[in-house]
Amino acid sequence: MTPESLLALLPIISSATASIVVMLGIAVRRSHRQTVNLTLLGLIATLATLPVVCGSLPVQATPLIIMDSFSVLFIALILITGIVVTLLCRSYFAGLESENEELYLLLLTAILGAVVLVSSRHFAALFLGLETLSVSLFAMIAYTVRSDFSLEAGVKYLILSGISSSFLLFGSALIYAEFGSLVFSDMLNAAGVSDWSPVTAVGLSMVVVGLAFKLSLVPFHLWTSDVYQGAPAPVTAFVATVSKGAVFALLLRYFADANVFQHYPVHLVVSLLAMASILAGNFLALKQDDLKRLLAYSSIAHMGYLLIPFVAGVSLGKEVVIESLSFYLVAYFITTLGAFGMISVMTNGANEMTDIADYRGLFWKRPCSALLLTAILLSLAGIPLTAGFIAKFYIFYAGVQAALWPLIFVLVIGSGIGLYYYLRVIVAMMDEPQPLKYAEEPLGAFLALTGLGALLIIIGVYPAPLSDLIYQIARTLGV
Amino acid sequence: MILVWLILILLLGGGLAWLGERWGSKMPGWISVAVLAFDLVLVAGIWVVSEPSLALTGAQDQSWNFDFEVPWIARFGINFHLAMDGLSLLLVALTVFLGMMAVASSWTEITERVGFFHFNLLWTLAGVLGVFLALDLFLFFFFWEMMIIPMFLLIAIWGHENRIYAAIKFFLFTQVTSLLMLAAILGLVYARFRTTGTFSFDYSDLLNLELEPTLAVWLMLGFFIAFVTKLPGVPFHTWLPDAHTQAPTAGSVILAGVLLKTGAYGLLRFVIPLFPDAAQSFAPVAMTLGVVSILYGAHLAFAQNDMKRLVAYTSISHMGFILVGIFAWNEWALQGAVMTMLAHGISSAALFIIAGALQERMHTRDMRRMGGLWAEVPRLAAIALFFSIAALGMPGLGNFIGEFLVLIGAYQADVTMTVLAALGLIAAPVYSLILVQKVFHAEPREPHRLWDFGRREMTVMGFMIVAMVWMGVYPQSMLDLSAPVLDNLDQLVRFRN
Repeated sequence: MTPESLLALLPIISSATASIVVMLGIAVRRSHRQTVNLTLLGLIATLATLPVVCGSLPVQATPLIIMDSFSVLFIALILITGIVVTLLCRSYFAGLESENEELYLLLLTAILGAVVLVSSRHFAALFLGLETLSVSLFAMIAYTVRSDFSLEAGVKYLILSGISSSFLLFGSALIYAEFGSLVFSDMLNAAGVSDWSPVTAVGLSMVVVGLAFKLSLVPFHLWTSDVYQGAPAPVTAFVATVSKGAVFALLLRYFADANVFQHYPVHLVVSLLAMASILAGNFLALKQDDLKRLLAYSSIAHMGYLLIPFVAGVSLGKEVVIESLSFYLVAYFITTLGAFGMISVMTNGANEMTDIADYRGLFWKRPCSALLLTAILLSLAGIPLTAGFIAKFYIFYAGVQAALWPLIFVLVIGSGIGLYYYLRVIVAMMDEPQPLKYAEEPLGAFLALTGLGALLIIIGVYPAPLSDLIYQIARTLGV
Repeated sequence: MILVWLILILLLGGGLAWLGERWGSKMPGWISVAVLAFDLVLVAGIWVVSEPSLALTGAQDQSWNFDFEVPWIARFGINFHLAMDGLSLLLVALTVFLGMMAVASSWTEITERVGFFHFNLLWTLAGVLGVFLALDLFLFFFFWEMMIIPMFLLIAIWGHENRIYAAIKFFLFTQVTSLLMLAAILGLVYARFRTTGTFSFDYSDLLNLELEPTLAVWLMLGFFIAFVTKLPGVPFHTWLPDAHTQAPTAGSVILAGVLLKTGAYGLLRFVIPLFPDAAQSFAPVAMTLGVVSILYGAHLAFAQNDMKRLVAYTSISHMGFILVGIFAWNEWALQGAVMTMLAHGISSAALFIIAGALQERMHTRDMRRMGGLWAEVPRLAAIALFFSIAALGMPGLGNFIGEFLVLIGAYQADVTMTVLAALGLIAAPVYSLILVQKVFHAEPREPHRLWDFGRREMTVMGFMIVAMVWMGVYPQSMLDLSAPVLDNLDQLVRFRN
């Protein structure tokens, strides 16, 4: 291994070290505060390695891992999310009894898995990363083990995730059988896209099914609402952003490396998945009275929107796909993290305020929180002045450019329905106040969320810096 | 730069008004008045400076009188581009003027969350100004959406009994159709990209594109549906009666006075110049929709018991004239459409202020519970009579000029349609006078103890009456402003033929 590649692996090494340090720290002294501080320190140190890595991109470190500007973008996103989630956990778990320190250890290993995932170019690294992420998540979801919902959610996620992993494994085995290599790009080099054998097609579709489980695309979405509802709110924030975002980034790289875009059956399957997810996600969200479940279904719809650029990839270059997806994912990370972060901040002792009715009149009692949540919901709905609008603009841009009119139509319908249930929450907040005590907002977490809210507006009003950055990244990955 | 200030002042003023609530419950109102007065001075300044012939726009000549352009999202060739010609100037002036009236008319009506109310009011107006000034299609869409949210909040928070339903309906109708417009905008931009290889959302770049006829029709429909929903024309009108009825007075004033005009403005500014051929082939359908709106709106207005609902349906009827005028597409008709926009802005806003004032006094909008109010509130009643007569198209007042010009123009385009549309002029007195009759003349049903218009309300009404008479007796001052713009549109069609 050359020093160069070692340097490139710094983020992975650093986050692995952080988890070991936190583990030892817990062994020496069991203190919530100390663990949180160590975790934050580890995450910030890892974040600090990124500028170092940036100097010499792209580097292929080992056959498994590639560090390029794309992976650095997503690693940064994951780490920042990790920091916010840690802050959320700090206030959320401070009030809970029992030993909460190990949660941070799990968080760090999950982040490690996600970091590996977004920089993998090989099925082995994919599987390693995905399993490190998922195994940590089982425990995180079921962490508040005394609550029934949490346990149920953990078990559900464990079983379905196991099944999806086996699909993924089988699929990659079939692809290996055909091409004799587990490197993504070798699929393309071995043969032209047009003469793929049925075995490849089956293998590929199994991989897609495996990943679709993780992304909770319809019809593989059944776990989503229960897991989102049952998991502690900060963990839900993590599941909704990092675990989905990392898998999506991986899918993006895989499709770009192997040029799967050009394969017609895959294209057909993906467009059907997109339509089903948009429609089912939005329709199911309509009837929810629980904010977490509502956001769960809306996230299914968002995953559907994200697939539209994939479909557009057939007729457009990779650049457009990567560009629009990356931008959407950045906006999605900020928005979703903010949404679940708000729920987590509103938690009153062990009771999460997840019923929409709990938020009635919030606007007049807690104007800052309510304003923040409104901005976040409007961003989810894709209304201007927020990042969500620019993101949706990118999706429209890819879809229109590829002339995917049916998908665009479904997108319009889906957004319309989506608007309705987001507005329901906003309207509830504007309602007459009710005699309910809200917890004092914890300072650290609330500041972080305010930062997210500010970012949301800044990107929404002046997206040029971000869009230029992503444009550059997309161009380097495209060629 | 002055155009940016027009919008920015309102945005900043909105923020200030919200904060201002701490310094007293009347403070937000005063701040709004100050901010709008400042804008009004700016607009008046522009008007004076640019006389006698502000314009020169459209397809042939691109020298806009006031122009501001800076790069915004370079990746897609999106610029922050504002510009003003005669048409925009008229509508901007209307917006700021009615904004002032809206603030003044809700002075005592709004007692809760006053700061946030004025914030929303000013931000809605800022969005509307942006719509009238934006020359970049992305920016236009941005403002188009931006004005909806505060309006939604105005209805949802300060509205009447069924406000949530009305607010959500309003939002959904406008939002979904505007997404169609977004798709159409992108389709248009991409069509240009395919020939030139660069992205641009700029209005002048997108004019005179050679589009495939079928594609042009579809793209045009995307715009058309969004604008007709806002206008509103049948069959996209059902949100309007609910939104109007439930909105607080200021909301109704802004909604009827200026928000509806953004739809008409969009048709004039975008649909016709961007897709002249498609619009021309679509004109018979659009005119039919206009005529249906005129007659159907008038018919429904006649059947209402709710005063605000009645006025709302008359709006649909009047907006039908605008639709007919725009798609009749000659200079007379286009001038008529613009005059109708302005005159209806004033007259309907005044009627909503009157309805709001009655509701504030009687806590009902139900005309069956009114009756015989002339003796109680003579000043209010006389002014209501004035604006009802204005709305029915009495010569000497603004609406007459507009509708008359529309009909003259339309007659040259399509005789049958014109005859049918002219029936609307018969329906108008019926519903206008039934309003006056039911509310002010009939036998009193219930004992009332009302107070008449005070000094503040009389001032508001005084201004609006002056504006109305001015439009009626000296419309030339406005026609001059819009003529060059409309002339270009007119030439567009002759050029094609």
